[in-house]
Amino acid sequence: MVDVTPADAVPPAEVGEVELYHPHSWWTRYVFSQDAKVIAVQYAGTATAIGLVALVLSWLMRLQLGFPGTFDFITPEAYYQFITMHGMIMVIYLLTALFLGGFGNYLIPLMVGARDMVFPYVNMLSYWIYLLAVLVLVSSFFAPGGPTGAGWTLYPPQAIMTGTPGGQNWGIILMLSSLILFIIGFTMGGLNYVVTVLQGRTRGMTLMRLPLTVWGIFTATVMALLAFPALFVACVMMLLDRALGTSFFMPAIVEMGEQLQHNGGSPILFQHLFWFFGHPEVYIVALPAFGIVSDLISTHARKNIFGYRMMVWAIIAIGALSFVVWAHHMYVSGMHPYFGFFFATTTLIIAIPTAIKVYNWVLTLWRGDIHLTIPMLFALAFIVTFVNGGLTGLFLGNVVVDVPLSDTMFVVAHFHMVMGVAPILVIFGAIYHWYPKVTGRMLDETLGRFHFWVTFLGAYLIFFPMHYLGLMGIPRRYAELTDMTIMTESAHHLNSFISIMAFIVGFAQMVFLFNLIWSIRHGREAGGNPWRATTLEWQTPETPPAHGNFGKELPIVYRWAYDYSVPGAKEDFIPQNVPGSFAPSREPI
Amino acid sequence: MAIALVLVLIVVGSVLFHLLSPWWWTPIASNWDYIDNTIIISFWITGAVFSAVVLFMAYCVFRFRHREGNRAAYEPENRRLEWWLTVGTAIGVTTLLVPGLFVWSRFVNVPSDATEIEVIGQQWQWSFRLPGKDGKLGTSDTRDVTADNPLGVIPSDPNGQDDIVVEAADLHLPVGKPVKVLLRSIDVLHDFYIPEFRAKMDMIPGSVTYFWFTPTRTGTFQVLCAELCGQGHPLMHGEVMVDTEQDYLAWLGQQQTFAQLSAPKQTGSANRLSEKTMASGLDVGAKLETLEAR
Repeated sequence: MVDVTPADAVPPAEVGEVELYHPHSWWTRYVFSQDAKVIAVQYAGTATAIGLVALVLSWLMRLQLGFPGTFDFITPEAYYQFITMHGMIMVIYLLTALFLGGFGNYLIPLMVGARDMVFPYVNMLSYWIYLLAVLVLVSSFFAPGGPTGAGWTLYPPQAIMTGTPGGQNWGIILMLSSLILFIIGFTMGGLNYVVTVLQGRTRGMTLMRLPLTVWGIFTATVMALLAFPALFVACVMMLLDRALGTSFFMPAIVEMGEQLQHNGGSPILFQHLFWFFGHPEVYIVALPAFGIVSDLISTHARKNIFGYRMMVWAIIAIGALSFVVWAHHMYVSGMHPYFGFFFATTTLIIAIPTAIKVYNWVLTLWRGDIHLTIPMLFALAFIVTFVNGGLTGLFLGNVVVDVPLSDTMFVVAHFHMVMGVAPILVIFGAIYHWYPKVTGRMLDETLGRFHFWVTFLGAYLIFFPMHYLGLMGIPRRYAELTDMTIMTESAHHLNSFISIMAFIVGFAQMVFLFNLIWSIRHGREAGGNPWRATTLEWQTPETPPAHGNFGKELPIVYRWAYDYSVPGAKEDFIPQNVPGSFAPSREPI
Repeated sequence: MAIALVLVLIVVGSVLFHLLSPWWWTPIASNWDYIDNTIIISFWITGAVFSAVVLFMAYCVFRFRHREGNRAAYEPENRRLEWWLTVGTAIGVTTLLVPGLFVWSRFVNVPSDATEIEVIGQQWQWSFRLPGKDGKLGTSDTRDVTADNPLGVIPSDPNGQDDIVVEAADLHLPVGKPVKVLLRSIDVLHDFYIPEFRAKMDMIPGSVTYFWFTPTRTGTFQVLCAELCGQGHPLMHGEVMVDTEQDYLAWLGQQQTFAQLSAPKQTGSANRLSEKTMASGLDVGAKLETLEAR
């Protein structure tokens, strides 16, 4: 491969820099800020706050499952409200918002060498609309009838009928309105992320020099911009069915002896719209995690990511394929059974690029110089849980195997492992990794290790055995597990064990929150580049970076993001903005 | 260092858990042992991959852990290795997919000698309809559902007159005879699920869905609803009894046809059906209480 010299790698700046809007007061600096880094922290803070609500809800439902009949206040109605809100909060308001709004806002401009997002004002609006969406969601807890209990999938007809909590009250209306707001807010942010990656890169930052974190977030954002509109129209149509009595999703129905006025709608149409969004959503959460974990592994193993080009193409392939697998959520929905052949095939094909990513992560460890820092530990834990959850996906994706397992606890265990635990472990790793850049101080090491071990092992002990409850045939979404002939005494014991583990893991998150707050003032000073990393966010003149990120001059990029342990180089890392070619520059262009 | 040991323990622990777990599928009672076999194949292949990846990681963490003076290798790509891994994965995936699709084609193609029966779901109970002497089920429409016609059989369809209606009671099936289960709902989504039969399918108001199976042993099996259908979802139990031919015919003889049920009745007993299903109207609470009491 040809050596890369700065001369042919760095095109001249074509346009001058755009003036940033600089804050004039405390309000415009910290509240109505247009700085992507402040917006990122706002997103992250709001997502964490609403995530805590979801955590408490999960405790409540585990109380009911682990100790049935003990807690009178958990009626079936309340139970269904808990699971619905837990699921929706975790998937949309926490994971999506934190990865894209939080990490996306913080890292994209810094990593591509931009001063800010390209549309800072729209970026600010994006956060405020997201906050509004969260508030509308929270308000449903206080509305007459409480929040919706339709399950996070909100399947009609039950979602808007009397037998479902919130169906004929405010619950479902507030949920749909909140989702609509979320999508509007996300679209504003999402357009920003995409345009910034495409147009805002600094000189020399070619697409194939982008850190994989940016590739992951970028691809996920493109997917989200294509997938969320499907959810948007589904929400609008259901809102019309509920509020104006239209029949998009409502066929002729006799509800407890009474003929309803609806006629001719299709409940299954909603499922197609929902999963056309819902399946890409899995990867909208997973791809940023894939990208971030690649960078964590590379940095902390002091070795270039293995097979960078393959990694980029795998991200793009997964992103594209994820739009043609949605109906694997609907194998037993009653859609035409021949769809099963098509969707099982596409679903299992998607396993190939996903497996490539796993191989390349573990091959990056091979002959590395592995520092077992907390981010690295979380990255390793991610690989374990992701491989575990990904492999059970091969059960559920394989249409006929899905028939007995669908709608059982096996599914609950699978998706928690693969899109709950695994991405959240990456979020934790990423927070330990970038916290020093955001605050200038390190998170406490001892608390961090405690947090890691309890979270990783606890989560594994919760969700691994849960698969076997599903294998027994125990259905999900059962507020009461009594009076079931297949439910053995030992299965009840296993459920109690899982619940106790859930409380312990939840408690460890309180320790983490304490660490986050305590270390802002008391953490060890980090310096500008504590991990000796190559990417641009670690090369800023100030830590935390000031508004505008890079001081007077934007950095110029001369190399890819993974020049770790380059033979001949003095240090074991060469930042992207350091010129000069060291001996065997095998950077893939 | 602890992490390398823990990774090994996770693999060993997971495999031991799998082998020793008392939590395993219920003894099968239908012809779908094909599905069980496909699950076993999946466990073998995925278990091997999981163990290999995690053990390899454990080895790397142990062998290449940071020590003073260590330096990582510089190896951006290895196209041959990446190529082989891709091909290997494709082979593994195909090994899972091909038997899966083969069994699926059995699952969706109903044998011609299967008897059609109908299951009707409503919040929160199961009803059934069997063809009468003509061997045909009459057509149905949710709009025809009334207190006297709870399943919505179209009264003008002659095929429906001799249909046997089993409302909110147990279903009996003869052992060894393939059945095509037609699934219908009059209100929300439900899912007719019997763990021992391995099969399940959603029922959608406005459509008729299906699956088929052959019961392979006699016994009583609990029906569960596997699609969230409102507050009463976990209470929506039913029973299917798989009988010998003789027992089945005895049971069948006691059932009433649609024509008998909809014939004009004496005053006082006119509301036999409505007492069971219609009394509570839209009062969800009352409905749930009756379920709890059952």
